[in-house]
Amino acid sequence: MARITLENLAHSYSAHPKSDADYALKEMTHVWQDGGAYALLGSSGCGKTTLLNIISGLLRPSQGRILFGDHDVTDAPTTERNIAQVFQFPVVYDTMTVRENLAFPLRNRGMDAAYIASRVDQIARMIGMEAMLSRKAQGLTADAKQKISLGRGMVREDVNAILFDEPLTVIDPHMKWELRTQLKQLHRQFGHTMIYVTHDQTEALTFADKVVVMYDGRVVQMGTPEELFETPAHTFVGYFIGSPGMNFIDAKIEGSRALLPGGEVVDLGANYGTVAGKTRIGIRPEHAVLSDHGLPVRVRRVEDVGRHRILRAELSGAGFNIVLPEDAPPPGPAPRVSFLPGKVGVYADDWRVAPQSLERAA
Amino acid sequence: MKSRSSAIVMVLYLLFLMIPIYWLVNMSLKTNAEITGTFSLFPNNLTFRNYQVILTDPSWYMGYVNSIIYVVMNTVISITVALPAAYAFSRYSFIGDKHLFFWLLSNRMAPPAVFALPFFQLYSSIGLFDTHIAVALAHCLFNVPLAVWILEGFMRGVPKEIDETAYIDGYSFPRFFVKIFMPLIASGIGVAAFFCFMFSWVELLLSRTLTSVNAKPIAATMTRTVSASGMDWGVLAAAGVLTILPGALVIWFVRNYIAKGFALGRV
Amino acid sequence: MQKIQNNRAWFLVLPVLVLVAFSAVIPLMTVVNYAFNDTFGNNEFFWAGLEWFDEMIHSDRLHAALGRQALFSAIILAIEVPLGIFVALNMPKKGFWSSLVLVLMALPLLIPFNVVGTIWQIFGRVDIGLLGHTLEAIGLDYNYVNDPIDAWATVIVMDVWHWTSLVALLCYAGLQSIPQAYYQAAKIDQASRWAVFRYIELPKMKGVLLIAVLLRFMDSFMIYTEPFVVTGGGPGNATTFLSIDLVKMAVGQFDLGPAAAFSLMYFLVIMLVSWVFYTVMSNMDKAEAGQ
Repeated sequence: MARITLENLAHSYSAHPKSDADYALKEMTHVWQDGGAYALLGSSGCGKTTLLNIISGLLRPSQGRILFGDHDVTDAPTTERNIAQVFQFPVVYDTMTVRENLAFPLRNRGMDAAYIASRVDQIARMIGMEAMLSRKAQGLTADAKQKISLGRGMVREDVNAILFDEPLTVIDPHMKWELRTQLKQLHRQFGHTMIYVTHDQTEALTFADKVVVMYDGRVVQMGTPEELFETPAHTFVGYFIGSPGMNFIDAKIEGSRALLPGGEVVDLGANYGTVAGKTRIGIRPEHAVLSDHGLPVRVRRVEDVGRHRILRAELSGAGFNIVLPEDAPPPGPAPRVSFLPGKVGVYADDWRVAPQSLERAA
Repeated sequence: MKSRSSAIVMVLYLLFLMIPIYWLVNMSLKTNAEITGTFSLFPNNLTFRNYQVILTDPSWYMGYVNSIIYVVMNTVISITVALPAAYAFSRYSFIGDKHLFFWLLSNRMAPPAVFALPFFQLYSSIGLFDTHIAVALAHCLFNVPLAVWILEGFMRGVPKEIDETAYIDGYSFPRFFVKIFMPLIASGIGVAAFFCFMFSWVELLLSRTLTSVNAKPIAATMTRTVSASGMDWGVLAAAGVLTILPGALVIWFVRNYIAKGFALGRV
Repeated sequence: MQKIQNNRAWFLVLPVLVLVAFSAVIPLMTVVNYAFNDTFGNNEFFWAGLEWFDEMIHSDRLHAALGRQALFSAIILAIEVPLGIFVALNMPKKGFWSSLVLVLMALPLLIPFNVVGTIWQIFGRVDIGLLGHTLEAIGLDYNYVNDPIDAWATVIVMDVWHWTSLVALLCYAGLQSIPQAYYQAAKIDQASRWAVFRYIELPKMKGVLLIAVLLRFMDSFMIYTEPFVVTGGGPGNATTFLSIDLVKMAVGQFDLGPAAAFSLMYFLVIMLVSWVFYTVMSNMDKAEAGQ
């Protein structure tokens, strides 16, 4: 197990990158702690698979270094990195039995037969496949196969990190939940460093201690699920996390006030001074409530999504969503919305701006 | 390191394949005197006379025309009849389907030598001897089963829901087949056509047995080079080189489909 | 895929049925007719029963040809299958080189059979052929016209030259269908080159390999034109394989009855072996579908 350090790492698939746009992965420096459960979250093409391939040694980064612990592995081939990986589509050796599959990485490393046998039994118990050890891997269901590839990754005790590349893509929905829970348990129990690539926010938020959100080749935010929800560092995080995503409204920032295009004024609760660039304010739909005072909204429609309802409305000419608790009364003829204190964020050119001081300007 | 050893293996193998062909080309550019007189890796007196002989003499070049005519006829016939049959095998189960499929395939296994004489008698008796269509029909013996087999593999890869959607949208069967289904298996048709072309082009035993003058294939014409004045090696070599060219052209055009075709189809 | 029970599908199969019946059944009936009759010309036939079959089964000539044929097929399969796999493993996977290699490799497959024969006939000649000339120059006594061993060697090398690419191309297609993740997983598991071949590549090639073996078996068992052009079946009967013997008998000597009986038995042997292959293959298909 090891800490993973990415140092000034960047990658371009073209041999002579000219502009920023040629980089699939823009320069970044990050330290991932030993034993952490990290999720790489982003839509397809954001560079998360590129980053994973660099960590696994399939790709050599165009610049920068990657360290496992204090050991520079930038040029080390996959074989020497001592990592494990679970792929999108189950990779098992079809002609081998489940037992042989699990023993394979140990046999290749010339381990003692008795040790292999006991270790395989132990892993089979962990992934709940003891009953199937003597069966051929061919003909098993996709989730059983994925369990085998997971087991093959965990069978080595000294593995530096386990990488997951969208491992639940081909799994039935009800099995997804079970596998995810099992994974979480295994992480708690054995403390492997785990890196989990996905585009599904539920998977990322339930699995990881730290979620790394990627957008356009950049890590736009790395934080706990709570941080991502409460204080998205970038508008993309705001949109991507949460359902529906964060509301963003163009606004002119003047001290502790934001002026909306329709002339409405929002109290920001802190002093931002003057903010340059394209400025917007962001509010989570969960942080907006209907009330007697506040800003007038026009209701478009109400959607019932089970646990709560979503009010699709218009505020100052732009679309605006509000989450209504299930027992809330339907909106009146001229509803108004107000925001929970301290939950309004200010964004300039898509990035979150910190207030200058918590006091309001005079 | 690994890619270098692979490169060495491939170079050696390709040399093994190309040297005999190179030798044929080399000979075709020499005079007969040079071929039998001296031994050289390159033509000393480069000559195109051998090619000239072939391309100016109708009894020579008509051999190419004949071959191409019956090969194209065979390919068209084979694909046309194989398409609906392959569709039936891939979509429906019907009485005797498995036996029929194996019976078809078994014809691919029939030694042409067994059929040479009966074919001669059959086509003579119905007056088709020495026609292009006779050879084209005879080659259907092994090309139709092959085409059915390849196409069935491709068609199995097309989801049945596509058929059903088309019928719901009011397509008639023929219109659905031509407008929707055939474009979906275009690469399969290409692969099947390629194999029909190939096996019809290279076959000699049946095409020689069924023709004498009017539809004589180029491969059979080549025996002409043995004459009273001895072997005309140069012309023989040139004729051989010219039989390789159509195949080489066809491969070049379908090169991207060959590997993909195998992978998508029967495998 | 679940197939629909529909006997009207026969209409779709009908054109193929008529065409192949015309090309296969009528000639086959002629062969059967000859096999059970005797003729003295003039289209007069006499019932001969199983006489010809009896004669052929006990014919030393046929046994010898069958023996040569089996040996030939066994040798070329033993060379072409491993060599084809080996070549396929070394073929470039993508890019311009892969296209070029593919085209060059497919080239021998598209040369008419008798031209293949001609190429090797010339290539092996001591007076004008590169191979014959070179072998003589380095002091080997090589002459495929007079020496049976040399004749066999030439015919076998020719067949390897002609057909190994087919095996290689089929295997290559099988290899191309292996997702990159398998190789990556093998690296992570520190699998040796041999283990990658044994547990990843070979299982994926199994299907195509069976097709390749079946095709090569059938076609080598029916080989006629190429050895005929090179050696004419000689020296003596050294390279007289089944088809060559059959044509000699039917066309050369006009022994229609024995030739026909011989044809039928020949056909049956090939059918039988191919049927075994076919059954094995479709059982494998079922085993895979059942997963």
